[in-house]
Amino acid sequence: MESLTFRHATTKALPGAAPHAITGVVASGNLEILLERVLPPDACEVAVETPIAGYGAVWAAVVADFVARVQPGGLRISINDGGARPDTVSLRLLQGARLMER
Amino acid sequence: MPASTDPDAVLSGGDEAGPPPPARATARTGMSWYEASARQRVAALCDAGTFAEFLGPTERRTSPHLPLFDLPRAFDDGIVVGRARLDGKPVLVAAQEGRFMGGAFGEVHGAKLIGLLRAALQVRPAAVLILFDTGGVRLQEANAGETAIAEAMRAIAALRAAGVPVIGLVGGRAGAYGGGGLIAGTCARLAVSESGRISVSGPEVIETNRGAEEFDSRDRALVWRTMGGKHRRLIGGADAFCDDTAAGFRAAALDLIARAPAFDLATLEAEQARLAARIARFGDCRDAAEIWARLGVNDPDAVPAMEAAAFAETVARVEEAHHDAR
Repeated sequence: MESLTFRHATTKALPGAAPHAITGVVASGNLEILLERVLPPDACEVAVETPIAGYGAVWAAVVADFVARVQPGGLRISINDGGARPDTVSLRLLQGARLMER
Repeated sequence: MPASTDPDAVLSGGDEAGPPPPARATARTGMSWYEASARQRVAALCDAGTFAEFLGPTERRTSPHLPLFDLPRAFDDGIVVGRARLDGKPVLVAAQEGRFMGGAFGEVHGAKLIGLLRAALQVRPAAVLILFDTGGVRLQEANAGETAIAEAMRAIAALRAAGVPVIGLVGGRAGAYGGGGLIAGTCARLAVSESGRISVSGPEVIETNRGAEEFDSRDRALVWRTMGGKHRRLIGGADAFCDDTAAGFRAAALDLIARAPAFDLATLEAEQARLAARIARFGDCRDAAEIWARLGVNDPDAVPAMEAAAFAETVARVEEAHHDAR
C-alpha cells in the first residue's frame, strides 16, 4: 500500500452544512471518498491509500486540479483506492464535494 | 454500537444522526436494487431520512487484517448498520456492500452485524432487516469470518425466539453465498428478486471441486436455474419474489414482517419434515426444470423467461411455495 497526503490552501470555504459525506465503493477500478468538514476554512487535506504504487505525480495533479476548481476549504478528504483511473478519481471528488454542499 | 445500552438510545435518536436525508426519494425507490450500493439501498428502502448509522465511515472501524495482505480497506468494512423506520415502525437494518471484496464477512464486518442483532434483542424493534450481498467468508480473515457466521446465526435464533422477525432481502450482485447463505436460511422470512441468488457453495466453488461437467459456472442460465430467485421462490426457499427495485423490496419486507412464523418446536419439526420430503421427492433430479415439472409447473422451460405477473400466477399454483415452516 502507498500512502499519499496532499495539503492545499484554499481561497474560500466550501459552502454547505453537511458535516461529512461518503461516495463510491472500494472495488476494482473504483474508490471510496470520505469528506469531513473538520479543517480551517482556508485549508484542504487529501489523504490517499492505494494498492497501486508509483502514481504519486498523477494523484498530485488530479488533487491539485480538483482543489483549483472547487476550492474545498475546510475539508479533510480520505480516499481508499481500488485502482481507479484519474478520470474516475476526478468524478468522485466532484460528487463528494457536491454532497457536502447540501 | 453506541456506548449506551439504553434501548431508547439505540432506536430513537441521540448523537448518531448522519448527514441530511437525500432528496428525490421517489426517484431512488425506482432504481435497480442490483445496481445500487448498500447505502443507496438502505436510503431508498426505509422511510425517507430516518436512517441513522451506527459505526459510520467517519469512525474508521476498518479491517485490521487487510493491510497485512496489501489490500485496500473500506471505512465501513463493507457493511452499513443502523436504525430506521419502515412505514413508521422502528427497525434495525444491515446492508452488505457486494462490490467491496464480494461483500464477504471479515472480523469487523461480522462484528457489526452481530452487534446489531444483539442490540435488537434488547431494544425489540418491529423487525431486523438484513440486505444480503455476499460471497461468504473473507478468506484473508477466515477464522474471524467463520466465527461471525456462527455467532450471527445464534443471534438470529435468539431474536426469533424472542418474537422479533428477522427478514432477509436478497437481490444484490454477489447474491447470498457461503456463510451468507446459511445466515439467510436462519432468517424468519426471505424476499428475493429474479437476479438474487441463494446457495452455500457458489458456482465457481462447485466447478473447482467437482469439474465443469458437474457444474459449468460460466453457464449463467444454469446458475440462475439452480440458485436464482425464481427457483428459490418455487421450492419455498424464499417467501416472496419481488421486482428489482427498492419499492419492490420495501413492499415485500412489510408483507413478510406481518406474517413471520412462530419460532417454536412445532415450526422446526415442520421445517425438518419439509426438507426431508424435498430430498425424497427431488433428490434424483438433474436440473431445476425437472423439479419445477414435479412441482406441477405446466411449462417448466418457460419459467426463466416468465414476466413477473405470469410467474406470480405460477407460484400461486405451487403448494410448496407456500409452506409456512421456516
